[in-house]
Amino acid sequence: MEIRLRVFRFQPDKDAKARYDVFTIETDPTERILDLLEYVRGDVDGSLSFRRSCAHGVCGSDAMRINGRNLLACKVLVKDLNSSEITVEPLLGLKVIKDLIVDMDPFFDHYKSVLPYFINDEIPADGKEHLQSPVQRERFDDTTKCILCAACTTSCPSFWSNTEYVGPAAIVNAHRFVFDSRDQGAAQRLEKLNEQFGVWRCRTAFNCTEACPRDIKVTQAIAEVKQALVTGKLE
Amino acid sequence: MTQTHVFDVIIVGGGGAGLMAALNASRTAKTAVLSKLYPTRSHTGAAQGGVGAALGNLEEDHWEWHAFDTVKGSDYLGDQDAIEFMCREAVQSVYDLEHAGLPFSRTPDGRIAQRPFGGHTNNVTKKPVRRAAYAADRTGHMILQTLYQQCIRNGINFYDEFQVLDLLLQDGVTAGVVAVELATGEIHVFHAKAVVFATGGHGRMWDITSNAYAYTGDGVAVTLRRGVPAEDMEFFQFHPTGIYKLGILITEAVRGEGGVLFNDKGERFMERYAPTIKDLASRDVTSRAIYLEVKEGRGIGGKNYVYLDIRPETVNLYAEKDGRKNLDGTPVHVTAEEILSKIPDIADFCKTYLGVDPVKDPMPIQPTAHYAMGGIPTDMFGQVVVNEKNTVLPGLYAAGECACVSVHGANRLGTNSLVDLIVFGKHAGLKAAEYANGANLPTLPGDPADFSRQQIDRLMNGSGKEKAAKIGRELRQVMMDDVGVFRTEEGLASAVEKVKELRERFKEVKVGDTSKVFNTELLNTWELGNLLDLALVTAVAAVERKESRGAHAREDFPKRDDENWLKHSLAWMDGDKVRLSYKPVVITNYAPKERVY
Repeated sequence: MEIRLRVFRFQPDKDAKARYDVFTIETDPTERILDLLEYVRGDVDGSLSFRRSCAHGVCGSDAMRINGRNLLACKVLVKDLNSSEITVEPLLGLKVIKDLIVDMDPFFDHYKSVLPYFINDEIPADGKEHLQSPVQRERFDDTTKCILCAACTTSCPSFWSNTEYVGPAAIVNAHRFVFDSRDQGAAQRLEKLNEQFGVWRCRTAFNCTEACPRDIKVTQAIAEVKQALVTGKLE
Repeated sequence: MTQTHVFDVIIVGGGGAGLMAALNASRTAKTAVLSKLYPTRSHTGAAQGGVGAALGNLEEDHWEWHAFDTVKGSDYLGDQDAIEFMCREAVQSVYDLEHAGLPFSRTPDGRIAQRPFGGHTNNVTKKPVRRAAYAADRTGHMILQTLYQQCIRNGINFYDEFQVLDLLLQDGVTAGVVAVELATGEIHVFHAKAVVFATGGHGRMWDITSNAYAYTGDGVAVTLRRGVPAEDMEFFQFHPTGIYKLGILITEAVRGEGGVLFNDKGERFMERYAPTIKDLASRDVTSRAIYLEVKEGRGIGGKNYVYLDIRPETVNLYAEKDGRKNLDGTPVHVTAEEILSKIPDIADFCKTYLGVDPVKDPMPIQPTAHYAMGGIPTDMFGQVVVNEKNTVLPGLYAAGECACVSVHGANRLGTNSLVDLIVFGKHAGLKAAEYANGANLPTLPGDPADFSRQQIDRLMNGSGKEKAAKIGRELRQVMMDDVGVFRTEEGLASAVEKVKELRERFKEVKVGDTSKVFNTELLNTWELGNLLDLALVTAVAAVERKESRGAHAREDFPKRDDENWLKHSLAWMDGDKVRLSYKPVVITNYAPKERVY
């Protein structure tokens, strides 16, 4: 089938402002959007710039706006879009550096601010693993899946209106430790998330849940953190 | 303007091995990690099924059994002292990961869950043993995330999106690396006492591969250009179960959980190739079996793929036929829900890319280029060794897939890549820091960035008569056709000539993007140059090795030949020529014998 691929272009050392380039491509409906971008870069216009690595939805490099929705370019096929016109744009809410590449530093700074690491320096007496039941392990399974692609945070209206907000991805990663029965840092993390730019900026728009390419129930995870703050209990 | 930074230890690569090295080196030495990707994008995150360690959480197991299985899996080309060291250390290393927070799946009594994997056996009964410690089917993701999290906790210095272009040596001693900052195009010199390469594999030279775009062999190519040899490059693993056409990995854990391979006639063909262990034979054996089924016309619909079937009715039928039992002695009987809970990501891939629900329909699969057994030669402490006598190059280390210790020999067992990177990543980091603490900062070579600038200038100012994308396609095709699962003298010789031609044509390539900012065309073109160099080394080493061993299967020399070929290859690049030499395999407790599964 033939598709019209409209791509957001901005070359900082040449362009005063952004533009859209259109590429007409004969393609198979089962091609990934990433395959189309690779074709353009390899065979049509080498200056088109975007990030990618694993090409199957596990590394989180190629989150971008595709026909208005935050998606991983490697995890959406041409046929999934039901359209012969495909528009590809950079994520919103982060500064565009070049073409589809945005400045990820603010995103990672928010992530790092919630103590996204295991806190428990005790080692069991037998030197082996901490014990954790399958039920305890299941409690935080969903939020272990995060690949830090930023699709959720950059779909969030609260983040767009004020990028000081830590955003859904950071809260997901706090949740992963807050509800881990082995971890001892929940109080510190919850204190952090109770601050001005913490969880209370979430207005439950559900954009994040819809955007997550790993199907994490992001809004629910945020709600559970809010609930832990209100009740003081980790359940 | 070139910026210069000074560190004790520089780690190149932010995947599992690099982060393990960083965490361990930074305890005593000023350390930084350079990564061409954000570290969490590294390919360690794509590893699925598990990390092998004889914890014995579900049944009797011993690290010595793990060692024997690894030696056998390597087709006796692995160095047995290093294998014993790795399998012994694996147990503590897995506990260390758990203590760092890694969310392993759990047994009913709360311990780390373990599952069977190809080639891992109870050495007495010869039956599969539950040795692969796992976190659903995203074990690599959890390892990468856990290590990165601990790096944040420990304040490790990161230079993200820095591409290393060159290794600096001065008077035979490591002096640092040169890198380009992708966001600005600026060249940076990292002046250091020790350098650890942890840059991953080079599977992107094949058309069908499970590997990330980033897997272009940068570390091996950079060190080759500085006179360091590459070891055992003729051995590259094809994983038997990649998604048809795309090559995306379907973990061996699918077969560990009872999945079965079928040909077009509905035959469980692995019974013929591995009568004892069947679908859980090691990867080289299984990939060859699939290739032969296809060659004899028994691919599905006559095409070049077979089915991997994890539907509950299939699993239960063959579990009964094989007499597989649960630990409490009851017969294995699984539901679709139980299967999906153990391989959620695989189900997601199948639905996304194939429109197939794996508990309702079988998955079309074909062998996919997966893992480099060869790489930068090291000893078991990650120290790079540069000749037949294993002479150490002071200050240079390598770990993970880019290194060749060698623990995988001619064929790596499933789960052992993660074992390799946690064990040798750790020891390379410790050894690098120990060395740095006893060494003076070497002087830098005059104009240290000169060779890096030359490489960039050549790519920016070529004639433009050739297109990099076209050369890349031709490379991937010839490697797939002639340097794949089965090889012949004729095919390999023509592949050598073709790769030589492509390397000549590559000199006429010109990068069109003149931007300094995120010039990804320049980066990708430079990466293609690395693949071309490593492809030449791979094909030359393969044409010379006149036997079949592990992943190197010669149709014209179908038998293993221990008398002449029980040895590691070492390859140097002298300009456009590859020079080969050999060194002995270390044998400790396991005399080579015939390999039967």
